[in-house]
Amino acid sequence: MANTAHAHAADAAGETRRDFLLHTTVAMGAVGGVMMVWPLIHSMNPAADTLALSTSEINISGIGEGQRVTVVWRGKPVFVAHRTPAEIDAARKVNLSELRDPQTDDSRVKKGKEAFLVIEGSCTHLGCIPQGVKVTEPRGEFGGWFCPCHGSQYDTSGRIRKGPAPLNLHVPPYKFLTDTTVLIG
Amino acid sequence: MSTEKSVWRKAFEWHEERLPLVSWLDHSLGTKYPVPRNLNYWWNFGSLAMFMLAVMIFSGIFLAMNYTPHVTLAFDSVEHIMRDVNHGWLIRYMHSNGASFFFIVVYIHILRGMYYGSYKAPREVLWWMGILIYLVMMATGFLGYVLPWGQMSFWGATVITSLFSAIPAVGDSIVTLLWGGFSVDNPTLNRFFSLHYLLPFVIVGLVFLHIWALHVPGANNPLGIDATPADKIPFFPYYVMKDVFGLGVFVVIYFIAVFWFPNALGDPVNYVKANPLVTPPHIVPEWYYLPFYAILRAIPNKLLGVVAMFGAILIMFVLPWLDRHPVRSASFRPIYRVFFWLFVANALMLGWCGAQLPEGLPATLSQVGTFWYFFHLLVVLPVLSWVETPKPLPASISQPVLKAAE
Repeated sequence: MANTAHAHAADAAGETRRDFLLHTTVAMGAVGGVMMVWPLIHSMNPAADTLALSTSEINISGIGEGQRVTVVWRGKPVFVAHRTPAEIDAARKVNLSELRDPQTDDSRVKKGKEAFLVIEGSCTHLGCIPQGVKVTEPRGEFGGWFCPCHGSQYDTSGRIRKGPAPLNLHVPPYKFLTDTTVLIG
Repeated sequence: MSTEKSVWRKAFEWHEERLPLVSWLDHSLGTKYPVPRNLNYWWNFGSLAMFMLAVMIFSGIFLAMNYTPHVTLAFDSVEHIMRDVNHGWLIRYMHSNGASFFFIVVYIHILRGMYYGSYKAPREVLWWMGILIYLVMMATGFLGYVLPWGQMSFWGATVITSLFSAIPAVGDSIVTLLWGGFSVDNPTLNRFFSLHYLLPFVIVGLVFLHIWALHVPGANNPLGIDATPADKIPFFPYYVMKDVFGLGVFVVIYFIAVFWFPNALGDPVNYVKANPLVTPPHIVPEWYYLPFYAILRAIPNKLLGVVAMFGAILIMFVLPWLDRHPVRSASFRPIYRVFFWLFVANALMLGWCGAQLPEGLPATLSQVGTFWYFFHLLVVLPVLSWVETPKPLPASISQPVLKAAE
């Protein structure tokens, strides 16, 4: 194996041509491998049809004062609550320093549409659906929502008040298309 | 160089003592695996076949994440992969064209073995494992072609499963069993998906045995003579680099097909959703089955046609005993060499016949080709074993080179 002996003789002089070829080959292989792995991984991300279904348009004209309904957005429940003035008052009066995740009620609703609270029905602890949409369900000490899995309690603005959940119920991106139509997503 | 071992080195050795994974790799495909020094590029196709097996398994896993094996949803789920899934078109075209390229590579690998006598003693079991791999590949390819649930999927499945109805007495019961009903339907599609996902891993197991059987006698070589230790070089780095280079060239060709001619080898009829009430006017299997399909149709008797088709593959198991000529490589067998290329040309002709309507010239040529296929194996090879005088063999691999240098 004369050629290997030759290559070893060149070692003393530092980097050989063979080392260079080895390193460029490995580098090209690594780049090619990553370029091939990415399409495979990205194929597991939401497909175009899933993304196309990522908005929900809902009619809120049928939701009377004091009523709460559940609608579906991206395969998950979203609560739409038509709050009573008492509920809005209760939410506004809370001192921000008492809150685990301080947010004003105003920042969680649309200006001029303060009666409507739109929040994701997914407990920020571990993703169970909090109870409180139906009047027969427990709403917790703060009159909002109560998660049956680990006892997190939310107020009438959907903010966490008690229990293990770290954050307020998320407000999804939404807008009023008309006075009676809301587009979520 | 310091004599003190680094922490990494110590940790590596600690692990190797307990699970010698790297040592095992080194013995299997590394510096401890001596390979004849004179292998030509036809020897690249074994590693290419392994590469294609890996491509098929990985692309298939990701296709299965988006595919639905149900008659009402299968066709649409494939279109969903093509249109909606991120890079779904790429993964599916890699898989569908990958099947073709896997077969191209394997056919060249098989023909290389036939040309250089790699099936002869002491490599008969190595050859058997290869035939088993090929058989499971054919089954896997067929099962996979049914999954898109196009017209050709459906009617191909109907025709191929109906082959078993040729078996006397129990044939129809076997077909009903295969279908899980009274026609190719949802139960058939479900089990085909299950088996299509299973069989590649059976192939992986067989490849393991194939490589194990290869390591016992070591690789054959273009001269077909036993290589002495002096005529061998380690697999790593020499043949690893050669295989990587070959892989680079191969991948360029493969992806030219994937990107620019993804449907060249497919049948457009399979983009029509399966309809159990309408048979397409001309049913053809995928190209890699065509020679055997031609043999099936060449014989005007249902049972004998099926026997001939399966026999055409199974006969390869006894090839080492049909060709008993002591010289392996066709390089030293001028007469065998002519017949080998005739056999290849005949197989290509059968493939062409398999794609034509079974009437007129193609029908006649199918019969001629089928006759020649078996005549070559059952008569030409045994006779040549007796009568052919080989050219003188060199004493060693290096001898002709060293002599020329003198």
